[in-house]
Amino acid sequence: MPHSIINFTLFLADNTLILSQRNAAWCGHGPVLEQDIALTNISLDLLGQSRNCYQYASSCINKYVKENQKEFPQQWLNLNNEADENTLAYMRNEREFKNLLITEQPNGDWGQTVLRQYLFSQFQILYYEYIVNHLQNDSLTAITSKALKEIKYHVRWSSDWVIRLGDGTEESKQRMQAALENLWCYTGEMFMPVPFETAMGIELESLQQEWLKHVTKTLSEATLLMPEKTFMHQGGKTGIHTEEMGFILSEMQYLPRTYPGAEW
Amino acid sequence: MKDEDLKIKEIYTILEQVTDPEIPVLSITDLGIIRDVSLAEGQIEIIITPTYTGCPAMDMIAVQIRLALIAAGYNGIKVTSTLSPAWTTDWITASGKQKLLEYGIAPPKGNADTPLLDGVTCPHCGSNDTKLISSFGSTACKALYKCQDCMEPFDYFKCY
Repeated sequence: MPHSIINFTLFLADNTLILSQRNAAWCGHGPVLEQDIALTNISLDLLGQSRNCYQYASSCINKYVKENQKEFPQQWLNLNNEADENTLAYMRNEREFKNLLITEQPNGDWGQTVLRQYLFSQFQILYYEYIVNHLQNDSLTAITSKALKEIKYHVRWSSDWVIRLGDGTEESKQRMQAALENLWCYTGEMFMPVPFETAMGIELESLQQEWLKHVTKTLSEATLLMPEKTFMHQGGKTGIHTEEMGFILSEMQYLPRTYPGAEW
Repeated sequence: MKDEDLKIKEIYTILEQVTDPEIPVLSITDLGIIRDVSLAEGQIEIIITPTYTGCPAMDMIAVQIRLALIAAGYNGIKVTSTLSPAWTTDWITASGKQKLLEYGIAPPKGNADTPLLDGVTCPHCGSNDTKLISSFGSTACKALYKCQDCMEPFDYFKCY
């Protein structure tokens, strides 16, 4: 059980960290100043949500190590290593990250970025509501119920953009449709359960139906065509990532790994 | 017991002087982020709750609380952050909302489920003929509006 809680919390943290890192690349490059700032603010919200999850995960990890010392080699225990939010974000390798593949997909154009945000935020809002309503874990409930207030704004903002561009000019509609074809094959994974979700009692089937209902409504308002049934990639939750992931980590983790303990 | 109450009252008075680094007219007591002040064996514990999870002002506020109390001669200060219950804009005091308005930021109206609509009262001229420009303003907690009457742009503190 402690392993499931740790993995589950890392899954939540990794999703928001990687998407935050992706969105942050737009800072200073947005199409107009107001939207540049909007996306940067969303990025900051996601980063804050990650921090809360990493802090909770590290407290669970440290507690587990303390209580199960015989499972660890003495030499390692002698080092007195403690996990914290920074080690979890910066010192883990690609295979240890559990984020959904959709969060690591390239920014592409503005259309692909806002659509990626919408598909993820719509998933995140339902998933977090499920945690608040069904999981008896005070820390996770506190973290997710706070985050939900922020996610509501993310869903509104990103769905507004999907609708505006989908139901916009010929060019914007065509780009939005292309983004949808690109990203759709990464959405199935959200609802394919892995052991830590099953152990936590997450019921993904009803979440999927709910998610599809909302997404279908937004896409139809955006006058976009729902992609045909297609092959769905999976692996993110178990650490098998697309080729994008290594590039993200090498940029994100370069500084703390090259200059351990660097501060500014 | 009486001494302790007096001391806590005094600590609150000091906390009233600590301001939000982003919105310097608001004190942290106006913002409603002080959840508890307690004394135990010479230790002062102050429990604060973050506004937005990613708000960079929070770390700064914790440092400022410490500095203000040290300057007033206190020591043994512990600032703890708690997430639950989650902060809401309902906790901004009436005088805090008035200060926001005078500062040129429209104060929040309604709750987090209230969608952002046109027509937030302009803090400069009082007109209701205003338009939403962007749901995220200079910080995550604000939205950007424009007044159609006095033509001035302004920030609206979003419901949360």
